[in-house]
Amino acid sequence: MSQAVAKALVERFPGVAHDAYVGPGGDDVVFVKKEGIAEVCRFLKEDPALRFNLAPYITAVDYLGQDPRFEVVYNCTSTARGHRVRLRVKVPESDLQVPTVTGVWSGADWFERYCFDMYGIRFPGHPDHRRLFMYDEFVGHPLRKDYPLRGRQPLTPERDVPDLYRGPGPETRD
Amino acid sequence: MASEIDIVPAVATRREEATGFFQGLVSKSLGWARKNSLYQYPFVTACCGMEYMSVASARYDIARFGAEVPRFSPRQADLLLVVGTVNCKQAPVLKRIYEQMAEPKWVIAFGVCASSGGFYDNYATVQGIDRLVPVDVYIPGCPPRPEQVLDGLILLQKKIQAQQHKLIDRLPAQLAAGK
Repeated sequence: MSQAVAKALVERFPGVAHDAYVGPGGDDVVFVKKEGIAEVCRFLKEDPALRFNLAPYITAVDYLGQDPRFEVVYNCTSTARGHRVRLRVKVPESDLQVPTVTGVWSGADWFERYCFDMYGIRFPGHPDHRRLFMYDEFVGHPLRKDYPLRGRQPLTPERDVPDLYRGPGPETRD
Repeated sequence: MASEIDIVPAVATRREEATGFFQGLVSKSLGWARKNSLYQYPFVTACCGMEYMSVASARYDIARFGAEVPRFSPRQADLLLVVGTVNCKQAPVLKRIYEQMAEPKWVIAFGVCASSGGFYDNYATVQGIDRLVPVDVYIPGCPPRPEQVLDGLILLQKKIQAQQHKLIDRLPAQLAAGK
């Protein structure tokens, strides 16, 4: 891609979207300040020239030893226009919070739960903020680089199943 | 075949001899009946399931050893086949299924993941199902070849055949009365 999406973002959100470059594979990559991520995503989805209707992968990276330490990466795709963009959001360890984008793409739900489960990054405003893969009794976040390589945790007893059809978990669960 | 008759001490009363003889007879026939009609519960979680399917279907044909009927209720099964990786989140489920099975029951750990965690030496995987349930036979391999599985089954059959049974299998009087 010819940097069109990245340029549009940097022009539309000065100070929020910055440092656009062409990443590996030719994708546009833009750094976004974490306070503005929800607005940027909303703009990406609703602008008629962009129409990013899909966020097929949202994940996080732990750059241990750097500051800011974490990064949330949003890969966005437009099936209508056929272009892609990658947003990188730096998250410092002192404030592990990123506004949720589930209001923009409801498919971001499980990805944000995944980031919380594996890296401990919180997403205020998320409708169902629980772990995705690990069980609730699990302590820590296993994909962090400082999680011990042989960190074993004790086996947990089985939870009560009050309703056979709904399965275990709190009442508020879907 | 070594039965209990061989290990009875040289000095034995006629009554003990007779008891030992009948006990051996009961053990042999019960073992024979049990080993040739194993009802398996396949707890299949991973890629070893493909080998399990191969073992269970016509080519390798586990029916030759009388273990061809998979029952998908643990209450109707007496052989628990743990086929594949068991992770920590799943561990209580496996334990519950084992506890739901009626006695007598046996467990086979099918493949290295079930036996020792395999190469999943990480935070999420149970390092061998013997941390949860007692295991009779471990079948190595990633995944094991069907011949290995049949070999493991024959080993289990030998174990079942060699088990000793009492003539009357009931609790002692004071235990039954709850004292």
